[in-house]
Amino acid sequence: MTFYALTFALAGVGLYGLLAKKNMLKKVLGLVILDYAVNLLLVAVGYRAGRGAPILLPGDDPAAFVAASVDPLPQALVLTSIVIGLGATMLLVAMVLRLHQRYGTLDVDRMDRLKG
Amino acid sequence: MGAGLPLFVALPLLAGFLALLLKGVAPRATPWLSVASMLGLLGLAIDAAARGATGVTFAGGWGVRGIGGETFVVGIALVLDGFSRLFLLLVAVVGTAAAIYTLRYLAPEPGRPLYHVLFNLLVAGMNGALLAGDLFNLYVFVEVASIASYGLVAYRPGGTEVEAAFKYLVLGTLASTAILIGITVLYAATGYLNMADLAAAIARGAVPRVALLFASGLFVLGFATKTAAMPFHAWLPDAHPSAPAPISAMLSGLLIKALGVYALVRVFYVVVGIDEEVRLVLTVLGCLSMWGGVLLAQAQDDLKRLLAFSSVSQMGYVLVALALGTWLGVAAALFHAVNHALFKSALFLSSGSLERVTGTRRLSEMGGVFRRAPVTSASVVGASLSIAGVPPFNGFWSKLLILIALVSAGQYLVAVLAAGAALMTLVTFVKVQRLAVFGALPARLEGAREVPATMYLPVLALVVLCLLSGLLWPVGVDGIVGAAASAVRAPAGERPAAAAYIESIHGRPSR
Repeated sequence: MTFYALTFALAGVGLYGLLAKKNMLKKVLGLVILDYAVNLLLVAVGYRAGRGAPILLPGDDPAAFVAASVDPLPQALVLTSIVIGLGATMLLVAMVLRLHQRYGTLDVDRMDRLKG
Repeated sequence: MGAGLPLFVALPLLAGFLALLLKGVAPRATPWLSVASMLGLLGLAIDAAARGATGVTFAGGWGVRGIGGETFVVGIALVLDGFSRLFLLLVAVVGTAAAIYTLRYLAPEPGRPLYHVLFNLLVAGMNGALLAGDLFNLYVFVEVASIASYGLVAYRPGGTEVEAAFKYLVLGTLASTAILIGITVLYAATGYLNMADLAAAIARGAVPRVALLFASGLFVLGFATKTAAMPFHAWLPDAHPSAPAPISAMLSGLLIKALGVYALVRVFYVVVGIDEEVRLVLTVLGCLSMWGGVLLAQAQDDLKRLLAFSSVSQMGYVLVALALGTWLGVAAALFHAVNHALFKSALFLSSGSLERVTGTRRLSEMGGVFRRAPVTSASVVGASLSIAGVPPFNGFWSKLLILIALVSAGQYLVAVLAAGAALMTLVTFVKVQRLAVFGALPARLEGAREVPATMYLPVLALVVLCLLSGLLWPVGVDGIVGAAASAVRAPAGERPAAAAYIESIHGRPSR
């Protein structure tokens, strides 16, 4: 339970960085922290206290395997989620670079020429 | 048919990778690659639609007997039912028009092959999301389509375009994160990701009410942001106008529906079940979008921004009808989503043509275009009449259906709001026609010429479809749209549609 609470707290930190900070790089870092909070949450969901890594060897009894290992599915999901997060972060960093070249600042307020 | 399902995703993916390979060798072939892949998808979608509007087919994913004797579906399951069939067809039609339009719209510039890589990825992501049989794959395909769209918004790397893409990416990723947390919560409570298994578990009451409400809230937040419902719309009026015209058409016409409306309906009607609370939230979001969108649209001078705000407004209609939870509400919402895809993509493509003809996006600097560009002008007039809800165009019938659905569900206040917003839409698009198409031709535009045929014909085709689906809706359209609505919400007195979906997936042979 503590672990779940901590992942949500971490997500809160990321969300704060993403929404409240004016510096684009800090926004990017906020997004990365938020991403990892969700990944940790996924791993935590699959964790079973005292159990081992989910590696099924030939000849293992499936029932005994299920009883002795953590849930492998969330780990597979986390791998996918990390790759997606990496793609989005790279794109975001490339955009920050482009905007910095153009405006010479990282502050979103000092470049905002769009009107909502 | 089941074996052909992966083609809906594989074909555009293949075209995308080929475009990347041809980048250095034959960059001029890449636009034709997009046209070829879209024509292939159009054939597949028509084939799927012609095989009957009911029934569920699968590909990938198979049943595995668990230790307790129950059957799980594992692997990447693709599921095609009447509801996904309608949207696949829509993606193929609008995508084909956009791909043909792009042939002459984009000059042969260094970035053009990459544009076609992203275009095909966008289509692959949308088709994948429409076919996904489990929640995690839905999330993955939503992300594939979203990331492609972030790149396309920043295709012209000016300052405002990249800024718009930055804003879009931040808000879009936030929405995706909310969706992923929602999926995690449901997985933690049930141990399932497959939509049919999840739906059965939720119907059994396996998920505590608090967890279900928390997940529902996250899904509403995520998918409403992807739909650009107010107050989560802030990215759309910047992102959609910044993209090249065919991409604006794809984003406003398709993406907000495939990732927003389709996913919202799939998750709430088939999996989670649409609660009183969710319906209330969606109604409020819908009313805000209807009015906020049209009021802001009305004040714009930039044609593309006007169209973008009007998309927010039109999505509001779809949301209030969806929120009713009745068969008629769903059917009306889907009909309006289809119509909006047709006329809004026609309008966005026309905005590109008008920009080409007049050299500006500002309505106040246009005028009298019909003398110089008659086909483009006729398309603008036709699509404007559709969106404004003038009979016999399709927009009239879907708005009428939404009003009937609202009144028959006793939502009189929402019905009045919807009728008022429809009137405002009419005013807005009368303004567009008066300023852009009619009136005096400015001296500056004496030498203006009509755009090439590969640009005006796809737009004209979309407008003709608007007219046809308006004239023929009782016979032709009702079959497809009605079947799509029945796939997620059964008409009163019949077996719940979600149950049929679940049974047909569990009933398949294991191997």
